[in-house]
Amino acid sequence: MRLINRHFSKRDRLIAGGAPIVLLLVIYLIMAAARHAANPSDKILPLPGGMFTAMAGLLTTPDPLSGHLVFWADTLASLQRLGLGLGIATLFALVLGLLIGAIPPVRATLSPLVTGIAVIPPIALLPILFIALGLGETSKVVLIAIGVAPVMIRDIAAHVGSLPREQIIKAETLGANSWQIIARVALPQAMPRLLQAIRLALGPAWVFLISAEAVASDIGLGYRIFLVRRYLSMDVIIPYVAWIALLAIVMDVALNALSRRAFPWAHGDAR
Amino acid sequence: MNALLSLRNVWVEYGDKVVLEKVNLEVAEGAFLSIIGPSGAGKSSLLRLILGQEAPTRGQVLLDGQPLRPECGPDRGVVFQRYSVFPHMTVLGNVTFGLECPAAPLAARLFGGARRKAEAEATQMLEAVGLGDSLHLYPAQMSGGMQQRLAIAQALIKRPRILLLDEPFGALDPGIRADMHGLITRLWRDYSLTVVMVTHDIKEAFTLGTRVLALDKRRHDPHAPHRYGATAVYDLPLRGPPVPAPEPETQPTPVAATN
Repeated sequence: MRLINRHFSKRDRLIAGGAPIVLLLVIYLIMAAARHAANPSDKILPLPGGMFTAMAGLLTTPDPLSGHLVFWADTLASLQRLGLGLGIATLFALVLGLLIGAIPPVRATLSPLVTGIAVIPPIALLPILFIALGLGETSKVVLIAIGVAPVMIRDIAAHVGSLPREQIIKAETLGANSWQIIARVALPQAMPRLLQAIRLALGPAWVFLISAEAVASDIGLGYRIFLVRRYLSMDVIIPYVAWIALLAIVMDVALNALSRRAFPWAHGDAR
Repeated sequence: MNALLSLRNVWVEYGDKVVLEKVNLEVAEGAFLSIIGPSGAGKSSLLRLILGQEAPTRGQVLLDGQPLRPECGPDRGVVFQRYSVFPHMTVLGNVTFGLECPAAPLAARLFGGARRKAEAEATQMLEAVGLGDSLHLYPAQMSGGMQQRLAIAQALIKRPRILLLDEPFGALDPGIRADMHGLITRLWRDYSLTVVMVTHDIKEAFTLGTRVLALDKRRHDPHAPHRYGATAVYDLPLRGPPVPAPEPETQPTPVAATN
């Protein structure tokens, strides 16, 4: 049988998918154990026990200065920035994407601007944002929004613009005006695409979040990682990175599930 | 008899490419006009012209004696070969949409009693095309034939002055195509429609039509083939307008969707 026709059963897929992850973990443990055998106070490759002790403090002991449980306060602050930034970007993507995709004069007016903003590396804007908006929450949220919105707007606009011409003509012959075509034909068909666009934007959004927190912040997952780096605290950095990965995976899975549940017609599994 | 649709000395040109030249056409009310011709002979251009999707470069298109605006409107219904139905709406939603548009210009949907009334009317139309059992399916869950039935119901709910069919049965297999021929003939009679159908299938054109129009180029310049456009080379009246169906039947009998 050709390789391209070889499909795994669900159980085999789990085994195949898990194997590289388990392998990497085992390699890490062997290397960490070897380093600790040579130097029991090694900080570069901490053992699980060390990470556990370090994290237990952050998870359960309030910070003497602020009174926060550090880990949860970091998580909350970062998720709030990420949520606000992505939320604003999503709103812009939906409204501007629909208008640019569906209305030629709006496309002619705004499309070059959106393209222009999209090609600016967002991190290059970070100094401008810090100067203009201060070092507080606003500049971080705006960085995420500016970073991901243009790509999302262009994606939604392209999707709406590529709806079959026949559908739009059909709607016109049914007596629909421009607003009705946007609201009833373009918007519902843009929604599943929007959820996919958010999934794809999550990666860059995390990059901008961690960057902004690393440069100027006093709380947040990225801030903590860059703070404890000074003390080579790999026992904190590694669990934080793993936690970020877990959060990102959960968001991705949740968005996909939401899309399948809310728009079954778009996934071909309505059959 | 007054013509429902008239094309007067119509030319369609794209740049220096002439697609249609000097087309004169009068379509009577109740006619079933089939348009045939080789690929590239401007069949679809002619249809787009009548649909209002395009304006003629020269000449006039008149509907009920009024010049057409170059925009599609609810007085002309259309069924394309594909993509005529909305994939995100159920069968019922697809047909109800046509009733919601004029009634709810801002909300774009109806609620409560008005919605139930519109849905009842849509259901009746869907039963007439044989989709009475599939009201809550999405188009992706239906066969090609059922999707075309839906597209026809969707167009007819607006009671268009003229129904335009752009190779509507081209993607269907022969058995289902025969069913659809029966359906469209029956609807044409029952609703006293005026139909303009573009087709590749000559047999279909002659079976369904009361009049067959063949488009082709009269002249051909081998050095500049694009400089001469197509026009009506044959215009064959086959039979008169349909005999009115026996009146007592107040409502068209539903046919079962077997496909």
